[in-house]
Amino acid sequence: MAKLELKNLNKTYTPKVIPVKDISLTVDDNQFLSLLGPSGCGKSTTLRMIAGLEEPTHGRILLGNEDITFKRPGDRNMAMVFQSYALYPHMTVYENLASGLKLKKTPHAEIQHRVKEVSQLLGLEDLLHRKPGQLSGGQRQRVAVGRALVRRAQVYLLDEPLSNLDALLRERVRADIKQIFATQKVPVVYVTHDQTEAMTLSTKVAVLNNGYVQQLDSPARIYNHPANLFVAGFVGSPQMNLLTLPCQTNYAVLGDSKIPLPDFPTVPPQIVLGIRPENVRIAQPEDQQTIRGQVYLVENLGMHNLVSVRVTGSDAAPLSVRALLPPDQSWSDEEITLALPPQNVHWFDVHSGDALHSTHSYPAS
Amino acid sequence: MTNLQTIRHREQQTAWIFLLPALLLLLFVFGYPIARAFWLSLFTQNLGTQLQPVFSGLDNYLRMAGDGRFWQSFWTTIILTISTVSLEILLGLGIALVLNQQFFCRGVVRTIAILPWALPTALIALAWAWIFNDQFGVANDILLRLGLIKTGINWLGEPTLALIALIFADVWKTTPFVSILLLAGLQSISSDLYEAHAIDGATSWQSFYKITLPLLMPQILIAILFRFAQAFGVFDLVAVMTGGGPGGATEVVSLYIYSTVMRYLDFGYGSALVVVTFLLLIAGVAIASFLLNKSRLSKGNT
Amino acid sequence: MTVIPSGNLQTTTPAKNYGTNILRWGAIAFVVIFCLAPVMWQVLTSFKVNQDIAAVPTIYFPGRITLNHYIELFNRRPFWRYIFNSAFVSIVSTAFSLALGAPAAYALARLRPWGGRVILAGILIVTLFPGILLFLGLLEIIQRLHLGNNYLSLIIPYTAINLPLTILVLRSFFEQLPKDLEDAARVDGYNTLQMLVQILLPMTIPALVTTGILTFIFAWNEFIFALTFITREEMKTIPVGAAQLGGASGFEIPYGPIAAATIVGTLPLVVLVLFFQRKIIQGLSAGAVKG
Repeated sequence: MAKLELKNLNKTYTPKVIPVKDISLTVDDNQFLSLLGPSGCGKSTTLRMIAGLEEPTHGRILLGNEDITFKRPGDRNMAMVFQSYALYPHMTVYENLASGLKLKKTPHAEIQHRVKEVSQLLGLEDLLHRKPGQLSGGQRQRVAVGRALVRRAQVYLLDEPLSNLDALLRERVRADIKQIFATQKVPVVYVTHDQTEAMTLSTKVAVLNNGYVQQLDSPARIYNHPANLFVAGFVGSPQMNLLTLPCQTNYAVLGDSKIPLPDFPTVPPQIVLGIRPENVRIAQPEDQQTIRGQVYLVENLGMHNLVSVRVTGSDAAPLSVRALLPPDQSWSDEEITLALPPQNVHWFDVHSGDALHSTHSYPAS
Repeated sequence: MTNLQTIRHREQQTAWIFLLPALLLLLFVFGYPIARAFWLSLFTQNLGTQLQPVFSGLDNYLRMAGDGRFWQSFWTTIILTISTVSLEILLGLGIALVLNQQFFCRGVVRTIAILPWALPTALIALAWAWIFNDQFGVANDILLRLGLIKTGINWLGEPTLALIALIFADVWKTTPFVSILLLAGLQSISSDLYEAHAIDGATSWQSFYKITLPLLMPQILIAILFRFAQAFGVFDLVAVMTGGGPGGATEVVSLYIYSTVMRYLDFGYGSALVVVTFLLLIAGVAIASFLLNKSRLSKGNT
Repeated sequence: MTVIPSGNLQTTTPAKNYGTNILRWGAIAFVVIFCLAPVMWQVLTSFKVNQDIAAVPTIYFPGRITLNHYIELFNRRPFWRYIFNSAFVSIVSTAFSLALGAPAAYALARLRPWGGRVILAGILIVTLFPGILLFLGLLEIIQRLHLGNNYLSLIIPYTAINLPLTILVLRSFFEQLPKDLEDAARVDGYNTLQMLVQILLPMTIPALVTTGILTFIFAWNEFIFALTFITREEMKTIPVGAAQLGGASGFEIPYGPIAAATIVGTLPLVVLVLFFQRKIIQGLSAGAVKG
């Protein structure tokens, strides 16, 4: 049981290729941290550095209080689940599960006990004598997870383990993973580009982009209080409405409407307004902050309608707002009035992308 | 603060440990003899010196310049090399084109096509010597039956004819190897290119000239390179089939070197011959590589 | 698979198709006859009685056949020894080539050693050295170490000569293995040697077989070193032994036994090629395309 710390990790291949620029974070026992970001953001490289498969150019990695930055992967007592599962094709499932333990010269009886335990947990008992080539994708994935669990490691690392599963299976396995790792009391680091996975599985999420940590927070805070434009746009589906608006005194001009700005120290000439489609609703009489517009596109998502509205008064530079509305709601074809509740409106700096708050600002990491 | 590249260092260590045995063996078997030849070529060591090395500087090379037999063998080697390599490329390309198609029992045909290359050159030389035998050989028999000649030809007894027989045998033996190299190249050309060309209205011949040949040029040059080096060192075939005869007419450079060393026990001079052959080989390879690179660059190759 | 458009497009008329088909089958027939003829002729000769062998005009379909030549091979000459010698030297040098070449190939493929490019270039260049350049230096060493007429005098050079091909072919094979597998092995705790032997080599068995076959063929067929370094009759390899077959009298060339020797000496290779044709072509292409 030990705390995993990354301090100012940097990985530079060539002066032009720097996948990880500066990443610091901590994962305590019982914490499930997701590294979330688009491809190329540095999440896989970071995971590989934690595992010891890559060497950081700068920075340190600590486990407990031990500096393990340059320790061999096999000596770190970490277990990893790979995206492609990486099962040894010429070994049976049993041998795959046991391989790590055999190398550490674990006694035979202990190996048998642990393999039995894990295969029961994952439903692999009947498959122990098969080879990976004879298993389905889902079964192989479970063996990959099992191979990691059997090690009783100090840290678990998972590299997009669900990407190769089909959508239905993915949901089920996601739930399984959550349950399994809830009982493990060690740090878990999980890499994914899928925000649903990150949000549902983790206790903490680190959103990465371009080699930096954009925000490190609980899933709820990441969702409700994105620290910058990137996080706001990346997390949440359908994507948050992000509108660049000119400002006047203490208003932002959105077409014909004026949206009052919170209490900023200075009023910038331009600002980005963000609001999630699910927070936009058809205006009720008591709503004060509203905009008017015309519906030009309706996408039926089953549980909701995603309605795209062109804001009136913005003809010079058309602005559109998307709203997630209940399926039974209707609106007139000429004009629709939408409410933008102030408590759901986010403001971002046009140049830096950082979130703007009236009383204090959050750091980006 | 920069970190020590420890993981990388360990990787390097392991890599060199893995490489060392192989590299040492290669250096020993390939490097030492060549170096030794360079050194020994500066000495005279033969029956005249009671087989003791006597320093003689560049004497051996001067002797080589005036050695008619050497130049003769050199010329013979060149003729043999150029003839066989050109024929093999042409024939090999044809065979590769045929083998590239899908047809019934292609596997069997491919097996048969590799056979000449896989069999021991010395034994094949015996077979060809028998075929070209002046009294009982099949070659003469067939030509006689076809009415192309009146009496049996003394293949291996006439200088030019012996050379022709050698060329024939060598082409037979090595064309499969060339065709396999070219086949690999052919298969790497995407059929999309041919289809697009055909839609544009090209005939098979045009496709061959415009698409196949240019894209295959790197492979062809590689084949020429390999074959050139191999043909220059040809020994087995000539030694067993003609022994260098008749009267030294088919004595190639390697045979001359061999007899200089083994029969005349002239080690110093033999070493000089080795050195010169080596340098010529390197020169030829360098030129071919240069051409290869040029063709690669001009194509922006895949 | 590339299809040369020789009449396989839908736009050709049936007449043209027929013509190119004939051309194609003619070419195939030519290839088959061309490649098989000399070998078949030796087979025939090996079974003919001496009078028929010396008959003019040549007899193509002998009325009588004999096994005498084969019998003579094994009775009058130590052909069994020749076969054993060839097999022993070929198998051992193949094993050594693979044992030395596989780690080297892996190092070049995955471990990116400093100077790796230079090494690779060197290996490629060395494949071009003909044996004649090497035999003098090696002869001296062998004489000095009294290794003449010793199997080692052949095994060591053969191993070295086969190393470049082994390394090149295995290297391209290793490069194609999924990297994930090695990562998983490292995290599991395998060190590099363990990983190579326990995880990777089982997966490279096809490549090892291919390379092994190629090196076996080269070793079996080698002539100049076998001629020079081994002079004792019982230790000769097949190519040398067969080439030096003499007749009962000094003037008679035993064409029959020579033909028989050719067949016996090439039979193992024919069998190999028959069974492993695809692998052989794969191996050669892999080595060649990389060059």
